[in-house]
Formats: sequence, C-alpha cells, structure tokens
Amino acid sequence: MSEQILLSVKELCKYFELRKGLFTKAGYVKAVDGVSFDLKKGDAVSLVGESGSGKTTLGKTILRLYEPTKGTIIFEGKDITNLRARQLLEYRRETGLVQQDPYGALPPFMTIRRVLEEPLIIHKIPKAERIKRIYSVLEEVRLTPVEDFIGKYPHMLSGGQQQRLVIARAMILNPKLIVADEPVSMLDASVRIEILTLLKEIQKKHGLSVIYITHDLSTTRYFSEWIYIMYAGKIVEKAPTKVLLKNPLHPYSQALLTIIPDPDAENRFRIKDVPPGEPPSLVNPPEGCRFHPRCIYFKDGVCNKKDPEEIEVEKDHFVRCWLYG
Amino acid sequence: MVKHLLEVKNLYTYFKTRKGIVRAVDNVAFTVEKGETLAVIGESGCGKSSLAKSIIRLLPRNIHTYKGEIYLGNEDLMKLDEKKMNEVRWAKISMVSQAAQNSLNPVIKVGQQVAEPLVIHEGIDKKTALERARKTLSMVGIPEAFAERYPFELSGGMKQRAIIAMALITDPDLIILDEPTSALDVLTQASIMNMLKTIKKETSKTFMFITHDIAVSSELADKVAVMYAGQIVELASAEEFYNKPLHPYSIKLMASVPTLRTDKKLEFIPGAPPSLIDPPKGCRFAERCPWRFEKCMDEPPLFPIDNRSFVKCWLYESKGSFK
Repeated sequence: MSEQILLSVKELCKYFELRKGLFTKAGYVKAVDGVSFDLKKGDAVSLVGESGSGKTTLGKTILRLYEPTKGTIIFEGKDITNLRARQLLEYRRETGLVQQDPYGALPPFMTIRRVLEEPLIIHKIPKAERIKRIYSVLEEVRLTPVEDFIGKYPHMLSGGQQQRLVIARAMILNPKLIVADEPVSMLDASVRIEILTLLKEIQKKHGLSVIYITHDLSTTRYFSEWIYIMYAGKIVEKAPTKVLLKNPLHPYSQALLTIIPDPDAENRFRIKDVPPGEPPSLVNPPEGCRFHPRCIYFKDGVCNKKDPEEIEVEKDHFVRCWLYG
Repeated sequence: MVKHLLEVKNLYTYFKTRKGIVRAVDNVAFTVEKGETLAVIGESGCGKSSLAKSIIRLLPRNIHTYKGEIYLGNEDLMKLDEKKMNEVRWAKISMVSQAAQNSLNPVIKVGQQVAEPLVIHEGIDKKTALERARKTLSMVGIPEAFAERYPFELSGGMKQRAIIAMALITDPDLIILDEPTSALDVLTQASIMNMLKTIKKETSKTFMFITHDIAVSSELADKVAVMYAGQIVELASAEEFYNKPLHPYSIKLMASVPTLRTDKKLEFIPGAPPSLIDPPKGCRFAERCPWRFEKCMDEPPLFPIDNRSFVKCWLYESKGSFK
C-alpha cells in the first residue's frame, strides 16, 4: 500500500529552558511550537525555513535526539514519544540523520571502515555481515573502488565525498526514515546537485521517507513531493511541491518565492518587496500570528489577537493565515 | 585613451604550504570601469577570494609569489610600498569580507566603529566623523540612533549593513564585496541586495562582487568573471553571460543552478577541480570537459568574442560559437 503513513507528528513542541542563575527559570525558547503532519512511506518532504525557524530542532526532535516537550510522535503506528533505552535503540535503527557539515559530523580519528562499522557494532550485527554491508553501502554512495576508500580518514576526502560518507552512515542500518539537515548547503553548486541526485536515487530505490531540511527553496522542486514552510516555530503552509511553488498562499511563503533570484541579468535593476524587520524572538513570540508584525495584509484586531488555525484551502493545501479563515 | 578604474594585468599570487606552492591566482587579467559592478564567480578554492585580497593587498604571511600590475586609475598599486599602500587601503579601496559581521568590536559603539576609517585614514576629527557615520548608516538602512548601540544589540543583517557602511564611509573608488551575504538568511540577503542596488544607482559606485552563488551574483553584476582553478576562464557582460554562457565550465556550472521559475533538468559536473599545487599543463578544465579535443593539451589564451566577451577555450579560436 503506497498510502501508508510512516510518521505522524501531532502538536509537537520543543521548548528549551532558559535559566537565570542556578535555580530560577527565565522562560523558554519555543523552538518548535505545535507542529502536526503525516509523512507517507516513500515520500520526501522539504522543510523550508530561515535559520532560527526551528526546522533543525523539529528534525532532531522527530529523531528523538531531543526530548519532546509536548505532543506525540507516531512511527509505524507506535507511539515513540517517550521511549526509553532499549526501545529507543530500535527506533534509532529505523532512522538516520544526514548532517549539514560533513567534516564536523565525522570523527577525524576514525577510518571510513570504522565510521561505518560503529553503528553496526552498537546494533549487534554479526561481524561477517558487517563488512558485507559496509561494501554494499559504499558502492551505493559511489565511494568506489571501495578498497581505495575503506582505509582512508575523513580529512582525505573532498567535501562531496565526506557528505557521501555521512549518507552511507545514515543508510547502513537500512532505515525507513532519513532526516537530511541542510545536506548540501556547505557544498558548491555542482557538487550540491551531485549529492541531491544521489540522495534522490537512494530514496527511490529503498522507498525511503525523507525529511529534507533546507533554507533554499530552489532545490526543493528537484527533490521532494511536499513542501512545508516553517516560520518562528510553526509550520505556516503545507502543500505538494508544484502547488506551493505555483500558488503560495501564506504571505511569508509568497515573500520567500518572490525574493529568491534565478540567474537573470535583469535582476540588477529590480528592487524587490522584502518584508520589513526580522523574525521574532522565540522567547516572547508576538500574540496571534507570528508573522503579523511583518505582514503587508495585517488586519488589526484579528492577526494580532488570535493564532490562526490550520485551514485546508484546497485539497492537500494547508495554510495558517487569517486571510483564508 | 580612456583609463579604466581598475586594470589588473598578469597577476600571480602563490602561497607556500607544507604540501607545495599553491597557485591561487595564476595569470589573471581584467578591467573594471567606473560605476560598474564586476561579479567574480566560481567554486570554493578557485582563487576568487585570493584575487580580492591580492587587489587590496591583505595577504597572509605564507605568500610565495605576488607579481603583476594592478592599476587603480593611473597608479600601479604594485609599485607602492606598504606605507603608501596603507593610505590607499580604505581611502581608495575598501573591502567587506566573508562573515564580517563577527569582526565588529563588541565593546565599541557601532557609530564609532563605522567612523573609524575616517579618523584613521583621513585624519578627520571624531565629531565630524561620527556625524558622517550616522549619515552613512542611514544610507545602508540603519536608523541613525543605532550609532549609539553596541554590536550585540544589532541583528546579523544589521551588523552586515554596518560593515558595509564602514566600507562606504571614506567614499572609496572601489569596494570589494567578498561573499557579503552568504551567512545571512534569504530575506535579509534580499533586503541588503536592495540596498546595494539603490546605492549603486544613486552614487554610481564601483564594486567587485565575489560570490559562489550564481543566482545571487545576477543581483548586482554588470559584468561577470568566471574563475576556475586560479584563472579567469570567461569574462562577459551580464546580459551575455546569464543568457548564454560560452566557456564549457560556465555552461556546465549554469546547468547545475536550480531555478524556481523555469523547468530545467539539473546537471552536475563529474569529477573535481584540479589541485592548485600541481595544475594540469593545458586547459585546466579539459579533464572534465565533454567537448575536449587534442588542442586542449596546450593552454588556451583568452579569445575575444565580438570585442565584448573573452573565453579561455580553444573552441573559440576561430571566433564565433562552436555549437
């Protein structure tokens, strides 16, 4: 069944406590504040937002690298929100993370073999099986001939090769879900496409579900079926990629789409409409819609009073905005 | 003969490292006219930042070779001693470097820091300098009152604006922007680009805009220089370059840029750029080039195309296009 839901996130929140001195609490940074979505098996979704929008925190909370503050995470029908020790280990086997900075994510003192063997040891894969898996995953990410690479250390690889290794590590336990956190933002234009193409290939081949976290809207159309736009800890718009790129509904999504340039000599004569100001503080977010202080459609008494609920404007196209409510 | 604002000829900048001599800038020549913005684009490690640092002569200690001619107006900067160059720096050429927002001094008020180049390089008294700093700050979109604030009270985008103000305050002939917005968010980046476009239009300042982001480069560029492995491989007007890049590397690079508004299939360039320690003898892109032929074993010169573009590729030897 292709419509099977792999991951279901409901009203998920992650607050980080701020302390003032040793015992007094100074408040919370509400990095993720009430996020809900379903992710189908084999689907790729792009989670788009600016730095500080909470997209990385959301990714890490889903992987249970952070403890959720509130809400639930259902994975294959099982509630994994509060799993402990052994069971959490099982969940880890089903999920993988591809980090942004490949060099920072790889231990410099481990050879490629060791980097890839580590998760296999932790998950008690028999020795004979381990080397077989290492070879097959390295071939899959095209670090070939494998013999040449297996004894190398991370610093001997180029940026693109390091990122392939990080992908290999995320893949080695045959997970069902991959969270790729800005996997290509540190790479050059051409290498970026090379890595995205590889990731897409692997996703298709294994029927993986991928959450692709990015600030770069222009790569999403080549990678994902869905786009979720995040702003100040909330998902403000969800839609199939093509729909969102063609018909963005939330004023924030609209702003993002108009300002991202395509290479064009005319750009230098165009002054673009940029929403004024900066994203809000997540400690004291504004009342009502969090985008209202920057929004050109701001309606006093509405947008600054109540947080808009998620509305399904057309099939599969959800938005949180009073313009549509 | 009309003098160019900046003319660089036969510029070589090599660095000494443990592994060998790195040829970061290897025989580079180009010109920039007054009021024009030249975008220098290329992948990381292609030498574009080294080129910028060579022009303003802010080079690290491990320099091995630094030679050529850099004319700013009529003056060859290469002939200046360090003391004279120090007078040129900031007064005539200023630079905004990568992640510069972190280079503000945290314990000095923003206005004072922006005013500093005037005090140091032009000997203007502090009060007048501060007044000009306020004006320049408002020009880059920071309210004048912010001159009294400390850097920590400013957001990342505002700090970057303050740094740009610092580069503008002495009214230099040439402003080098080295990845000025790469560390910022897309919205902040767009509003800084708006600001730079406005300044460009109103003051006809001359910029050298260094970036790895081809889409962003088109936000400012009147002219584009594409660098590959320490050399400029294509030099063309913005109109020509963004519509029809000519050098095989430029063509392939452009094909790897994702676009929002057009449906195109993305391609990547297999392989990696050569090492700058021991670059290949002939054309440096030949190894990755789908159109290479025997001649590519020799290094091509920059062939002029219709007196407007220059392409370092044998395919253009007999003028015109090859496809």
